[in-house]
Formats: sequence, structure tokens, C-alpha cells
Amino acid sequence: RERHRAKRRDGDREKKKRRKGRRRRASRAGEREDELQARHEKREAGRRKRAKNYQESEGRERDEEEQAQIKTGKTAKTKKNIKNEKTRKVEQEEGEAEERNAKGKKKHGSAKKEEKDEDGGKCAAKEKTQEVKKKKHKRKGADTLNSLSPEELEKLKEAVDERKKLIQGLRGKPWSMKKKLVTLRESQEFVEKYEGALGKGKGRKLYAYKVMMAKKWMKFQRDFENFKTACIPWEMKIKEIESHFGSSVASYFIFLRWMYGINMILFGLTFGLVMVPEALMGRPYGSIPRKTVPRAEEASAMDFAVLWDFGGYAQYSVLFYGYYNNQRAIGWLKFRMPLSYFLVGVGTVAYSYMVVIRTMARNANESGVGDDNSFNFSWKTFTSWDYLIGNPETADNKFASITTSFKEAILEEQESRKDDNIHLTRFLRVLANFLVLCCLAGSGYLIYFVVRRSQKFALDGLDTHTWWERNEVNMVMSLLGMFCPMLFDVISALENYHPRVALQWQLGRIFALFLGNLYTFIIALMDEINLKREEEKIVKFNITTWEASLYNSTVSENSTGPPITIQPADVPRGPCWETMVGQEFVRLIISDTMTTYITLLIGDFLRAVLVRFLNYCWCWDLEAGFPSYSEFDVSGNVLGLIFNQGMIWMGAFYAPCLPALNVLRLHVSMYLQCWAVMCCNVPQERVFKASGSNNFYMAMLLVILFLSTLPAIYTIVTIPPSFDCGPFSGKKRMFDVIQETLESDFPAWFSKVFSSASNPGLVLPFILLMVLAIYYLQSTSKSYKEANVELKKKLQTQNEENKKKNKRAALKAQMDLEEARKAASQTADSSQRLYHGKNRRNPPAPVREQGLPATRAPVPRNYHHGNHGAPGYLPGFPRQSEPRMHRVPSLQRH
Amino acid sequence: MGNKQTIFTDEQLDAYQDCTFFTRKEILRLHGRYHELAPHLVPMDYTNDPDCKLPLALIVNMPELKENPFRNRIVESFSEDGMGNLSFNEFVDMFSVLSETASRELKAIYAFKIYDFNVDNYLCKEDLEKTLNRLTKEELTPEEVELVCQKSIEEADLDGDNKLSFADFENMITRAPDFLSTFHIRI
Repeated sequence: RERHRAKRRDGDREKKKRRKGRRRRASRAGEREDELQARHEKREAGRRKRAKNYQESEGRERDEEEQAQIKTGKTAKTKKNIKNEKTRKVEQEEGEAEERNAKGKKKHGSAKKEEKDEDGGKCAAKEKTQEVKKKKHKRKGADTLNSLSPEELEKLKEAVDERKKLIQGLRGKPWSMKKKLVTLRESQEFVEKYEGALGKGKGRKLYAYKVMMAKKWMKFQRDFENFKTACIPWEMKIKEIESHFGSSVASYFIFLRWMYGINMILFGLTFGLVMVPEALMGRPYGSIPRKTVPRAEEASAMDFAVLWDFGGYAQYSVLFYGYYNNQRAIGWLKFRMPLSYFLVGVGTVAYSYMVVIRTMARNANESGVGDDNSFNFSWKTFTSWDYLIGNPETADNKFASITTSFKEAILEEQESRKDDNIHLTRFLRVLANFLVLCCLAGSGYLIYFVVRRSQKFALDGLDTHTWWERNEVNMVMSLLGMFCPMLFDVISALENYHPRVALQWQLGRIFALFLGNLYTFIIALMDEINLKREEEKIVKFNITTWEASLYNSTVSENSTGPPITIQPADVPRGPCWETMVGQEFVRLIISDTMTTYITLLIGDFLRAVLVRFLNYCWCWDLEAGFPSYSEFDVSGNVLGLIFNQGMIWMGAFYAPCLPALNVLRLHVSMYLQCWAVMCCNVPQERVFKASGSNNFYMAMLLVILFLSTLPAIYTIVTIPPSFDCGPFSGKKRMFDVIQETLESDFPAWFSKVFSSASNPGLVLPFILLMVLAIYYLQSTSKSYKEANVELKKKLQTQNEENKKKNKRAALKAQMDLEEARKAASQTADSSQRLYHGKNRRNPPAPVREQGLPATRAPVPRNYHHGNHGAPGYLPGFPRQSEPRMHRVPSLQRH
Repeated sequence: MGNKQTIFTDEQLDAYQDCTFFTRKEILRLHGRYHELAPHLVPMDYTNDPDCKLPLALIVNMPELKENPFRNRIVESFSEDGMGNLSFNEFVDMFSVLSETASRELKAIYAFKIYDFNVDNYLCKEDLEKTLNRLTKEELTPEEVELVCQKSIEEADLDGDNKLSFADFENMITRAPDFLSTFHIRI
């Protein structure tokens, strides 16, 4: 090992010198003669030492060149006389071969990275010789640039492209920074130099222009990238949390930030395309009945309690569906408001689906194929430490959890866990599930009951009831969401599961609870919608009579005078169920947010304060004992976030302000939770892996997205819109707006094409085709999976065979060992191994073929030695194992 | 900070951006961190590539590395001399590989180096024992350590030589579900 290191160090030193040497190269020609004189002695002096100083290393380069010359056919004696011509000739040959070599060299750099470590010295030296040649080539290239044949040009172009590719992939290369910088500079110089020369005659200008534009584009991209990363918010905050609590807690905040991003875009959509146009270009407040607070409510419309409930002025504003007018085009822009409203609603859902699915696919790609347990122990060994941890307490917890996980794994390995009294466990588990089901059913009924009660209250009028009665629904839902998970936690203690399994059960139950609650809420809402629609029918009838009476009275009183203008506030109007739905959702979000924040303040902050300060005067240790500090509940928080998002998706169509509210909420909770987690939580004792569950959470989000768009779409498609409010009033169905646009805004043939395309004769085959495609893709993926399993099996059998073979070869290996020891005792000549390395790497280069025999001939023994690798790890290492090692991973990957 | 004086020339910054996964700002911040470690040693002006190296003891004390059981190995495997002295270039290189955007292959190469305690290009039993003892603060009994080492080698060793070559290691680590998420340091 020491020798290996020394070698590498030498290589580095050589490189440094080489760089210095380059500057002196111009003056070098003069020194040549003297160098040659000293050459023979130096060769005797031993090659490894030669790397020690500049002159010597120069000398070696010379050696190699000379040897190449010898091989070109001339004798060594005449060499000195005609040396100069010779050199030039060789240089020319090298020049032609150089383009290929330069490419080849770079390829090796990446392809043989493992080897590079083994023979760092060799490699460095080898590259050096090539760089020397390259230099020469450059010098030559500058002179003969104009006299290049088309083929050479082509080659040059290839070389330039190769360099460009190299520059792009440089950051992924496992080289030291110094080497990367040097390579980068050289490649850039090379590209600069030859890029301009490419493209001859008329193509030249265009090419130069293209190159320039490409450069500018690159620069722009880089600046844009810089800008983009500068725009990612809360990076430092998350980093701090990461170092304190490890990656699992941080993953929640990253998820939160991701949600924030999505909501920002949703907010941009609704705000930019719906709310702002309506506010700026639509009819102003008070111009028509739907935009005015009714006379009966006017007195209390500005009360805070009413506004807090999103009634009064808030209800009759751009925040809700009912405010929008059904005028087809508004303002001087002829903005198609109803169409825009509809498309934004659809776009919100479509965008969300796209983002979630794309993220899931990317996660699935990144998380590898962690399917089986075949690497249980090695994964535990090599990937269990979280490199992000930078806090002593967390680190201690992590050490402890890693130790326990190892102990558990060992236990599992040693014996399949024996179950004591399986009947009792089973009974307890059944009991636990029964209790949980009872909880779920109870909470569902409670919500249904409360919603029905609130409808009764609403019919009576809000003013007659207390605050609690008015906010009952939301409060009950929030409280259930808060306390039921705790109850589940207690119940799950009965079950005695492994913590990870228990966590999954817990998550599943909370999910079911939330979902149940949400759907009960929706069903209750549907009831309410139906009630409202019946009310609407009566109102509609009343209005016609009212209008008729109004008309009659005006006509009868004075038929010649101007008709009486009726204040829009006085016009009777329907109940507008859409606004009601929107309001419900907004209230739900608000109360949900409030409970989250209040639990945070009480459950975390107050608890931490009490524990911290009461500890001075308490009979037991509060910090270590019972209340202690709270842990950050990642899964619960993520679930909360997901459900919150689900409500947004559900309600966004009827309340365009919802995304805005959510952005606000997420923004505040980012700061609040960051602060709370840093000041009152302690790192988790049981640290769960965050990454594995990433897609689990995303899948939940997708399910929620689907489930929450379902009722929204159902209402849009089946229920006719209210007759006197909202952008779709007067239409039979909301989606009629599309047809209307097609008929009036597009040419006639377009709607004809559209209608013929949408007839069942075309749609059905299309759907059939899609189903077939899905089936096909699925079956191919299945067959791929099978092939994978097959390959895995093959690998394993191969593996076992290998092991058997190794045992058989053990004796032989011992003999080999003896031999190798002998070989090792005779000092190996490093530079000869160097030639060998070169030989192995790029056989196709013609220069090599010329140079090789001369170098190989004197040291046959060494060649043999080099093939075995360094003598250190020869024993027990049959020759055939090496190629297989390289083959194996590629087999599995494809 | 960068407004007062030039730490790097634009070309240098561009070159660093080409060679690492960092943006301009991050490189400047890295320099700030590097400078912080030894304000009297590290110059503020890097335009002419000053030759300056910080010893292992200083770098290991960074909060990002302080709690890491493999901190010495990390620094050593990125230093050119193998002793843990890092120049700024190597310092940047280290955090570039450990950054979030580095590819799995690249990370695997350096992870292998880090776990290869005796630098023989194989992970043998000795390396695994050291890794385990650092991971668990030596709380496992020798028999348990022995068992885990044996098991790990058995699982990952494809060519049956009782130690893990890089190919074995890469094959194993590329399938690990949390390798990417845990093998990174945010700076």
C-alpha cells in the first residue's frame, strides 16, 4: 500500500512539473542534446527515481519518443545524426493519430475509473506522454490549420465535439479537482482553437455564429440555473433542521415546500386568470343583484363575526363563485370570463395530476430497485448513517437506533421469532381493529349528525345561535382529526407489532379516518345542495310573480313616466348552492389551520415551556420522565398536509380564493413549524427512514387527489348551475360553456369536426385502443420483471459455482502465491508496467503499435506480473474472477 | 461579501461551476466556510491559486462533519496526499460529491473509498469491522460484529473472494433505497 501511495504521489508531482514544463517548452529544443547525453545513465539509475525532478522526467519523455523512433525502422546508431528530421516525422504521424488518441484517452478516463485508482501512477504518466504529444499536435495544428483535408476536418470536428461532451460531463468524473480543472482548461483551449477553424468557406460564418450562439446560450443557461437555485426558498432553514433532526424530519419540510410551490402555481392560475380579470374588467360591485349584499343582510355585512364566517361582503366578492357574471366577454380585452373560469378549474386538476404523477415517476427512478431483502446487512452497514446529521443529540439517537436495528436483524437471523401465546396476540389484534372501526364509525356519525344540525341552524338564521353552534361542523371535524389519532396510538399498543408495521397501520387508520370524515362531510353537503335546489325552485317561482307584480304596478301607476329603477340589493335571489359549498370549504380550511396552529402552540410550545421551567420545582424529572418534550410527528404532519391539499382541490372550483388561502397557510406554517421544531421538539428516538416512504406519501396524495376531484367533477357534470349567480348561470350544465365557445368563437367547420370527432363511433375505438395500449405495456413490463428475476437467479447460481471453483482453486492459488512472492521480491520496474497499462488501454492507435514491441520486449517477466495486479492481493484470487466482477453489474442493470 | 473584493475571477468561478455541482453563490459560500476554518491561513484572494492546505483536524471540526463517525475517512479520501490535508480545490470537490445533485455512480465511487479504511481497493472484513464499530459506537459484541460482517460479505460478494470489490459494492449500493438520501451533506 505504501508503495502504491508513493507511486501516486510521484505521479502528482510529475503532473505539476509538467505544467511548469509546458511554459518552458519553447526553450526546450536547445536543451535536447544535453538531455540525450544523460539519458543512458539515467535509464540505468532506475526508472522510479527518475520522476523525482524536472530534468529527469523530461528525460523520460524523451526516452519514449526515442523508442518510438527506433521502432519506425531506423537503427539506433544513425539516430543521433538524423534525429531532428526523425522527430519531426514522428511528430507528424503522431499528429494524425492524435485526434483519435485524444478521444480515446478521455474515454479511458471514465471507463476505467477503478483501474485508475490501482495504477494511479501509471495512469498519470501515461496521460502525460499523451499530453506531450497533444501539445506538439497543437503547435503543428496552428501552422497547418488551413491545409486540412475534409477527412481531417471531420476528425477534428469529432474531436472538438468529444471535448465539448467531456466538458459537460466533467463534474460527474471521479477525478481530483486539480485534474478536472486542468482537463477543463485544456479542453477549452482545444475547443477554442479549433472551433473557429472548422467550417470552411461559406459555411464558416454560419458555423462561427452558431458556436457563438451556443456559448451565449450556455452562459444564459448557467445564469438561469444560478437564478433558479437562488429562488428556492428556506434552503438554510431546512438545512439547519436537517442537521438537527436528520433527513426524516427535513423530508417533511421539503414536502411542505414542494406543496407550497404547487399551490403557488394554482394560485397564479386562479388569481391571474379568474380573480383579477373579474375585479378589473367585470362589472363593479353593486351593479347587479349577484354582486350586491341583499338588503336584509346589509346591516351586519361588515361585522367581523360575519366576515370571519366569509359571509356579508366577503361572500359577495371575487372570492366566491356566486359573484361572477355570466356575461360572455368582459372588458376591452373581450376576456371570455365563463370559459376562463371553467378552463382554470379543469387546468387546476390537470396540472395537479401531472405534477404528482411526474414526481412519483422520478422518485421511483431515483429510489433504485430496493425490492428485495437480499442486501439486508450490507445496506444496514453502508447506508444507515445519515450524513446530514450535525447535532450531537441526534447523532446519539442515531447510534442507538442503528445498534438496535442491527441487534434486531441479528436476532431475526438467528431464529425465527417464536410467538408466545399466539391466541392472545390474535385476540388483541382483532379487538384493536374492532375498536378502531368503532372509532371510525362513531366519528362518521358524529359529523353527519353535526352537519344536519347545522343545516337546521342555518334555516333558523345564524344570528340566533352562539359561536359554537355556528362553527360546530368545522370544530368537530378538527377535533376529531386531532384526538382520534391519539386514540389509535393507544389502541395500537395492544397489537404488539414491530414499530415499522405499527407505523403503517397507524398511517392507514388515520388515512381512513380523514377520508371517512371528508366523505361524510361531502355527503352531508350534497344533502344540503339538494335542499337548496328545492328552495331555489320556490324562489324562482316567487321571482316571476314578483316581477310580474312589479311590472303591473309600474304600468298601472304611470305608464308614460320612466320605469322605477330597483336597487339591486332589493331584488330577491336564489340561494346559490355553489357559493355555499365554497364557503363551507373555506371555513373548513380556516378552522383546520387554526386547530393546527393552536395544537402546535399548546401541545409543543406550552408543554416545552412547562417541562423546562417546572422542572426546577417538581418531584420527578420532567424532562426525562413522563411529559418530556414532544417529538416531531412526521407522518401525522404529512397526512395533515395531504388532506388539507385534498380539500383545496375539492373546493377550489367553487371558491377561487382557496389556493390563495392555502399559500398563506403554508407560508405561515413553514415559519411556525420551523420555529417550533427547533425550539420545542427533541429528535426522534425511533428514527424511520424517510426516503423509502417518499413515494408512499406521494401515492397517498394521488389517491386523495383522485378522491377529491371525484365529487367536484360529479357536481360540475350532473347538477345544473344556479339560475342567478355564477359564470354559468342560465346554462343547463356548466360544461355547456365549451360548446358555446365552439359555436360562436370558432369557424363553423371546427365545431363540425369537433362534433363528429366526439361521436361514439370514434370515441369508443379510441378508448379501446388506449386500453389495449395499457394492456400491452403492462404485459411487457411484466415480462421484463420476469426476465429480471431470471437473471437474478442465473447470477446466484453463477455465484455459487464461482465459490465452488474458488475452493478448488485454493490449492493452486497458494502455489501462485509463492510464485508471486518471488516475482514481487524482484523489484518491479514501474515504467515498464506503465507501458503495459498503455498497451491495454488503447490498442487501436497506430502509434502504440509502433511503440509497443520495443517497450515490451526487454521485460517479459514484468508483463506477466502486471497481469496479476499488485502482488498484495494475489492470494486466493484466481485469474478468471476479475473479468467477471466487471461483467456482473452490467448484467443486472440491463 | 463578494462585492468588497474579488475572491475568484469570473473564469475561475465558471471553471468551478463546470467541475462541480455548485452554483456561483454556493462556491463563494464554500470559500467563506473554508476561510472561516482558518482565517489567518486562508487568503481571501484566490485569483492566483495560492497553495494552501488545511489539516484534517480543522476540517473535521466543521459542524457538518463533526458528528459523522466517518469524518476522518471522508476527509482523507478526498485529500490528494491521503493524510487529510485539503486544499480549497479538494474541499470543494468533497462537498460537490456529497451534494444532493451528484450522481449515484459518483457517490458510490467515493463511498467505496470512504469505507475502504486500509486503502487496498477492497472492502475486507477489517474494513467492515471498523465501519460497524463506528456506526454502533462499539456496542455490539465481537461475535455480533463477526456475524454481521460475514453476512454482509456473503450478501454482496458476487465473485466469492470473501471481500467486496468496487463492482460488488456498486452493485449493492445502487439498489439501496436510501443511499442517495443519506449520503449527502448540505452545505
